[in-house]
Amino acid sequence: MRKGKRMQENTMAWLFLLPSLIFLILFTLYPIIKTVYLSFFQSDLSTDRPIYVGLTNFKMMLEDEVFRKAFINNFWFAVGTIPTSVMLGMLLAILVNRKIKGTSLARTAFFYPVVIPMVSAAFIWLFFYTPEYGMINKLLHLLGIGDLNLLGNSSTVLIAIIVMVIWKEAGFFMIFYLAALQNIPKELLEASHIDGASKWMQFWKIVFPLLMPTTLFSVVIATTNAFKTIDQLVVMTQGGPNNASNLLLYYIYESTFRFMDYGKAATATVVVLVIMIVIAAIQFFGTDRKIHYS
Amino acid sequence: MKLIIRISTYLLAILFALPLFGIIYMAFKDTKVEGFSVTIDNFIEAWNAAPFASYYLNTFIIVFGILVVQLFTITLAAYAFARMNFIGKGTVFLLYLIQIMIPIELLIYPNSNTIAQLGLYDTKLAIMLPYFISAFGIFLLRQTFKGIPYELEEAAKLEGCNRLQTIWHVYVPLAKPTYIAFGLISISAQWSNFLWPLIITDSDSNRPLTVGLAMFAKTSDSGAQWGVVAAATLFVIFPLLLAFFLFQRQFISSFMHSGIK
Amino acid sequence: MKKAPVVVGLLILFISLLSACGGGSSETNSGNTDSDGDTIDLTWYYPVNVGGEVTKVIDDYAESFNKEGVEVNGKKVTVEPVYSGNYDESMTKVQTAVKNGKAPDMAVLLSVDLFQIKDSIISLDEMIANDSEAQEMMDDFFPGFMLNSEAEGKTWSVPFQRSTVLLYYNKDMFKEAGLDPEQAPTTWDEVVDYGEKLTKDGQWGIELPATISGYWIYQALALQNGDGNLMSDDGKEVYFDTKEAKDALQYWIDLSTKHQIMPEGVLDWTTVPTDFIEGKTAMMLSTTGNLTNVKNNANFEFGVAFLPGNERLATPTGGGNFYIFKDISEERQLAAMEFIKWIAQPERAAEWSIDTGYIATRQSSYETPELKEYTNSFPQALTAMEQLEHAYKEISVYEQGKIIKLLQDAIQAAINGDDENATLDKAQEEAEVLLKPYQ
Repeated sequence: MRKGKRMQENTMAWLFLLPSLIFLILFTLYPIIKTVYLSFFQSDLSTDRPIYVGLTNFKMMLEDEVFRKAFINNFWFAVGTIPTSVMLGMLLAILVNRKIKGTSLARTAFFYPVVIPMVSAAFIWLFFYTPEYGMINKLLHLLGIGDLNLLGNSSTVLIAIIVMVIWKEAGFFMIFYLAALQNIPKELLEASHIDGASKWMQFWKIVFPLLMPTTLFSVVIATTNAFKTIDQLVVMTQGGPNNASNLLLYYIYESTFRFMDYGKAATATVVVLVIMIVIAAIQFFGTDRKIHYS
Repeated sequence: MKLIIRISTYLLAILFALPLFGIIYMAFKDTKVEGFSVTIDNFIEAWNAAPFASYYLNTFIIVFGILVVQLFTITLAAYAFARMNFIGKGTVFLLYLIQIMIPIELLIYPNSNTIAQLGLYDTKLAIMLPYFISAFGIFLLRQTFKGIPYELEEAAKLEGCNRLQTIWHVYVPLAKPTYIAFGLISISAQWSNFLWPLIITDSDSNRPLTVGLAMFAKTSDSGAQWGVVAAATLFVIFPLLLAFFLFQRQFISSFMHSGIK
Repeated sequence: MKKAPVVVGLLILFISLLSACGGGSSETNSGNTDSDGDTIDLTWYYPVNVGGEVTKVIDDYAESFNKEGVEVNGKKVTVEPVYSGNYDESMTKVQTAVKNGKAPDMAVLLSVDLFQIKDSIISLDEMIANDSEAQEMMDDFFPGFMLNSEAEGKTWSVPFQRSTVLLYYNKDMFKEAGLDPEQAPTTWDEVVDYGEKLTKDGQWGIELPATISGYWIYQALALQNGDGNLMSDDGKEVYFDTKEAKDALQYWIDLSTKHQIMPEGVLDWTTVPTDFIEGKTAMMLSTTGNLTNVKNNANFEFGVAFLPGNERLATPTGGGNFYIFKDISEERQLAAMEFIKWIAQPERAAEWSIDTGYIATRQSSYETPELKEYTNSFPQALTAMEQLEHAYKEISVYEQGKIIKLLQDAIQAAINGDDENATLDKAQEEAEVLLKPYQ
């Protein structure tokens, strides 16, 4: 009887999982395995059928200058966006976490970029960055600096995109910090106030540590975003000029859909997967597990 | 000190709002005359230049199609993980975790391949399929389900409810805030989705707004006019902004809700 | 307990319902399912690359063709046009379809994509030889437009929506700068002269775009700078590292760094026409595909002219051609040719040119009353046609996508300050590696 009941429980649980499991397998697990498999084959326009080439694709990837650029750019893109947008998010949260006139309006201003699609944001900023009209250039004109072709210049293009992404994401993290700030017990702050701690000390000694879980959570999200969002590149730069704004996913996108070099696409995808797993492992082992989805 | 904080808050807010005002200004400015005068020509031209009505419809079908299926799949899975003991639970839980680590967006190459093999290339279903499950949603909901007192489930059992009835009558109503939070996040994420639908569709009859906008503004030989592009951009963001301004409190609290786990 | 399977069943039902709502177009796409015996229903993939309501124009064409009742082997031929995105997407779509054994009957794709799809299409020579109408049509196309249709001594495609590079200039600004508004610069040196007179605060002399189809603009300069081209006719070799090619790039860079008549940095393909329309630049190089756009949006008088030459006058051609696919029955191939002949009639080519701004592909189109009237009121459209005399083959090679990227990266790198000799040498080297398997 008991055994039968356990059987029943098992069957039912698996039936409950079945609908989601189908899609999980079809669009996450199976493609991962397939990509790893395909990365050992040459499959492009010059081959009729995929040819097994062992690790050649990986070797070629290391020698591929465009891939190296995309890899390095992605690194700097991550470094440029993750800490800044998370920290800015924290700052914004502290600024609007008080009941002063206008804070709710300010909150709206900080948060709306999160709501709009990246593609539209990219168009808005494309206009901003275009020499001759863009407001940024009008400002520079006022300061007596000539036209800057921010997106047309290898040395500025990545920074320009990073700034846009920070604008787009900071509000998202602000919300998480707001939630965390409101959960900090008032007594704790009052107690320290009585102790005569300065606001600054109070922040570093009490508030900042209490916000740590939120910071880690935000960093996780910002990190994934740094690898998975390339909509802005499609609109603004196509990875140019001369690959100065090329990122890994854009490289995969171009290899697949422009060059039909599927071996290359698979290999690059494997590299990104490894990066993601390494990052996940660092987060998992390097931090307190309680912060995660427990 | 207080004043400095206040002023810097306002300044930052203005800085953040500038792009939005910029695009609104562009969209309404009449470029045919000197100086600034308001016109809605840009909107008319944009509306006529691309099938925005059908883009809207497609976006709605896709966004809500995904949401409906997601709500179904995440509820069942979240319940199983929260309240059932079964063989392989730990292992299968890890499988779901993989989706958090490796977002579907990174798998554009193999997934577009799968869609082609299924013969679904250039369909709305192809845009939706990969998103029918959300590991994020499952974890979020599982957390909420776990917080619901087990006694409520037992009481329902005593009244003769079976498992599905229990979920429907006990868990779903109590998890309403989580559902709203997840729903809003899902809607805004899917409304914004771009790369996947760009890759997997070819025809206007299946394209969502985001792709339609990019196609309209970027791929023609001629290149569209700034004012018209600005107007088209507003088409895409207007419903989201409107919803956001109207339901700001829910929106923000939903996002907060999803973060404080 | 019993309900769980029901729920799964419901889910499956739900999914299949959803698929019904999205599946409409994929069903219509499988064009070559054999028809019921009395009709031949063709599928035609076509891209749109210019603004305006081109899809509607195409649908109207198909409708009137279907009404006309053209027959092959006693069976009525009908055409269903399928809009397949821009050129890149159409190419992807066609390749995916071919791979899945569902090739369309015909498609309009870039004329330069020939080497990428040669294995999936048929050469048209046999059909043309047996059909005097087709022969007549082929002879009537502007020779410049046929250059990219031919390879290995065979003809592979039929010109449809074709363009060249043009010089656009702002007549008002010319007047203001004391230049003759009817006389555009004709040589590279004159461009610099004019540019220096036209450049002032908030206004540039000239703009050349370097993204998207920027390589095409560069090819024009390279062609003008010698008597060669950037590639061999068989698409198996490229010549990026010649002195002519390098000097052409040097000239481009000098426009901004030395002469300071062009903004520095890489200029975007789509914003350059906007700059021109908004009066930020007095001249630009762009495609003839922009004629209608500039005409509709510029609130000043503008002129177009042949591209200024150096060693010679030259422009590459561009745009899309008709291809007929291999994996369909001979009867369907014949039917496809019937449609191509129909749509390429001089009057229709004229109409197409007026509607879109593309150059009418047939010489006799310019004898039709419609186009005569149009070019009288809008002589700029005639300039584009006349320049065809100086048209050369657009760059078209195996591994087109990758090699174009190599070239474009080299151009962009040089614009951003790298040494143009080095970047072109590198592009040459890497392109040679890519082309090796085809030699």
